Amino acid sequence: MAKRMKFSHGVHPPELKELTEREPIRRLPFPDEIVLPLSQHTGKPAKPLVAIGDRVQRGDMIAQADGFVSSPVHASAAGTVTAIELWPHPSGAFHEAIRIKVAPYDAQVPRKRIIPNWHGLSAEEIVDAVRRAGVVGLGGAAFPTHVKLVPPKDVTIDTVVINGCECEPYLTTDHRTMVEYPERVHLGTRLMLTTLGVDRAMIGVENNKPDAIERLRATIPDDLRERVTVHALTVKYPQGAEKMLIKSLLDREVPSGKLPMHVGVVVHNVASVATIAEVFETGLPLVERIVTVTGPGVVRPSNLIVPVGTKVRDLIAACGGFTETAREIVFGGPMMGAAQASTDVPVLKGTSGVIVLTDTEVKPQKAYPCIRCGHCLDACPVFLNPQILGQLAMYERYEEMNAHHLQDCMLCGCCGYTCPSNIPLTQLFALAKAQLRKQPQAA
Amino acid sequence: MTTPRLLITAWPHLAERDSTPRIMWTVNLSLVPVIAAAIFYFGPSAVLVLAASLAGCLVTEWVFGSREALADGSAVITGILLGLCLPAGIPMWMAFVGGAFAIGFGKLVFGGLGQNIFNPALLGRAFLQAAFPVALTTWPVIRENWWALRGDNLALPLMSPQAVDVLTQATPLGLMKFEQQTTATWRLMIGMTGGSLGETAGIIILLCGAYLAWRNYLNWRIPVSIFATVAALATFTHAINPAYPGPMFMLFSGGLMIGAVYMATDMVTSPVTNRGCWLYGFGIGFLVVVIRLWGGLAEGVMYAILLMNALVPFINRATQPTVFGTRTVKAAS
Repeated sequence: MAKRMKFSHGVHPPELKELTEREPIRRLPFPDEIVLPLSQHTGKPAKPLVAIGDRVQRGDMIAQADGFVSSPVHASAAGTVTAIELWPHPSGAFHEAIRIKVAPYDAQVPRKRIIPNWHGLSAEEIVDAVRRAGVVGLGGAAFPTHVKLVPPKDVTIDTVVINGCECEPYLTTDHRTMVEYPERVHLGTRLMLTTLGVDRAMIGVENNKPDAIERLRATIPDDLRERVTVHALTVKYPQGAEKMLIKSLLDREVPSGKLPMHVGVVVHNVASVATIAEVFETGLPLVERIVTVTGPGVVRPSNLIVPVGTKVRDLIAACGGFTETAREIVFGGPMMGAAQASTDVPVLKGTSGVIVLTDTEVKPQKAYPCIRCGHCLDACPVFLNPQILGQLAMYERYEEMNAHHLQDCMLCGCCGYTCPSNIPLTQLFALAKAQLRKQPQAA
Repeated sequence: MTTPRLLITAWPHLAERDSTPRIMWTVNLSLVPVIAAAIFYFGPSAVLVLAASLAGCLVTEWVFGSREALADGSAVITGILLGLCLPAGIPMWMAFVGGAFAIGFGKLVFGGLGQNIFNPALLGRAFLQAAFPVALTTWPVIRENWWALRGDNLALPLMSPQAVDVLTQATPLGLMKFEQQTTATWRLMIGMTGGSLGETAGIIILLCGAYLAWRNYLNWRIPVSIFATVAALATFTHAINPAYPGPMFMLFSGGLMIGAVYMATDMVTSPVTNRGCWLYGFGIGFLVVVIRLWGGLAEGVMYAILLMNALVPFINRATQPTVFGTRTVKAAS
């Protein structure tokens, strides 16, 4: 492997991972209340199966998938359903959610295995179990995992790419998962190779996590040694974007408007892979996840295992509370994460981190006119021209933006990060995309 | 646990520390050695001319532009650069008018920072060249007495300058073009020649430019492309006809250094694409050689850059980056 593995462009934000990268994952006691939104994934929201007043056990399915591209929701703690109502959702809107009052003295252990043992299961049975366990991508987009395990008949997959880059600053969830649960990563990889009938898996990890790379390499099971490789990649944002990762590892370019499967690749986040293994190990569906709670605005930054649906206020309380200057709560990474308006917002299956920023980070920046420095063109990993796109967006010429490949923009934030004039480029593009979605026929 | 008043901002929540004023002021700072060299060679005249052109720019920006814009440092760059490409003996009022023109007609009429098509400093100089051709082509020699003025800097507007006891000389390019005399390359490099205030010290300008390129405040492709084009063409023409100057002379004489490093790389008026920068630099280099060798003027950097400035929108359009995933698709192996 003489060729250097890389993608072009991108930016180098400060890594800021030192706050939590050596913190072992802690388990929290159950909170008093769990809030489980019906929409925790890409696709149609789940349909509730419970009514107010129902007693639920940990692991019970309380909302079922609505169609194939959807995912069920399970009670993440035993207790009583107190309400099914609109509740603040990390997306910024209010969404239908099931509120469960946690029974304080309940054993929180299900009576029997809900997810079967994987030994002896056929590929279809494994996919079905993953679907029933409600596993979605844990990296952020929360795409239902089982959908990616059944590629359409007209594409051939030759490689499974496991994404352990964690290129977003601050976050260390994937890092700690790889260090503490490397066996789960390998079991999950094995299950994926089986279901997809693929020979090769590549695990890509940014080389700022040498301990994770070493642990992963040391624990590859003997019979997978030929088929699974761990690759150290340069530290550059957005290394963990699907298309960039495929470019780095395989030097294949996903065509514009197409998906990784069109170049024979399926990409899974390393935490999702570990979760697949976890549900088969424990017999419980996806009811808890690892979250990094970090940033200069929390007293004791930590990596936590929490039940899905835990409110962010409980997380921050478990980390010693806010510091004096705390000002903004971000779900996800600082480059692409969304700011939250309330501490009632629950952690979803796809919430990889909670970052609390302080006055210093969120100080308002004066925007200057574009001086055409071209730094955004050098930053854009998909080779767009954010300079011209930004000008068109300011004049609301959204249709023309499509001609400049707006739809290839993945809103990674590189242009906005690098702009010396502080023009909110990424925000403008998100707005333009939303406006175009609203009126698709207008042209 | 007390919850703070939460703020909501859009992602990305991190930003690079660079800002537009920071870029502008860094460029200004990088010009300090060039200014120092100008003062070293041209004495108090350099200070007077620079002060006058700076004042012209700042006053115009203050009166007609936005007063906030004074703080971003862009008008200061224009003032300094204009001053640096004027001869030491020019009356101060002319430098002031040039500065006012540069900001007023070079920048503000287009809508201020970031909107202009032409490099304001060069536009100001072009205006002065057209309005006062004699004053703009009188090059004082480097004097023994450092304190002496190099011309009638203090002349009043519209009065013909007094015939001060000043020795003038032609620039190396003028000598080459009209009298077929060459100047030693080392003299050109350290600036011991006639010429505008800031264009004589080639080595210093190169070093300052290297610093800016390292900070990513100028696109190194532009000067490199200009130098390469000029050197290649000069080597070629020199080989065909030895009367034409060689590459080292072409690179270090006249305004090529300051033009390539500071004027052509003005972010606002140069292409945004890297491929465009190569093309733009090639165009400038080509025009410089053509004007110098076959044009009626001894020097062509100013017009070469202004001409290419006008083509920048077309260059940008022609060199849009190839969007990821739109190249010919590699078949999955």
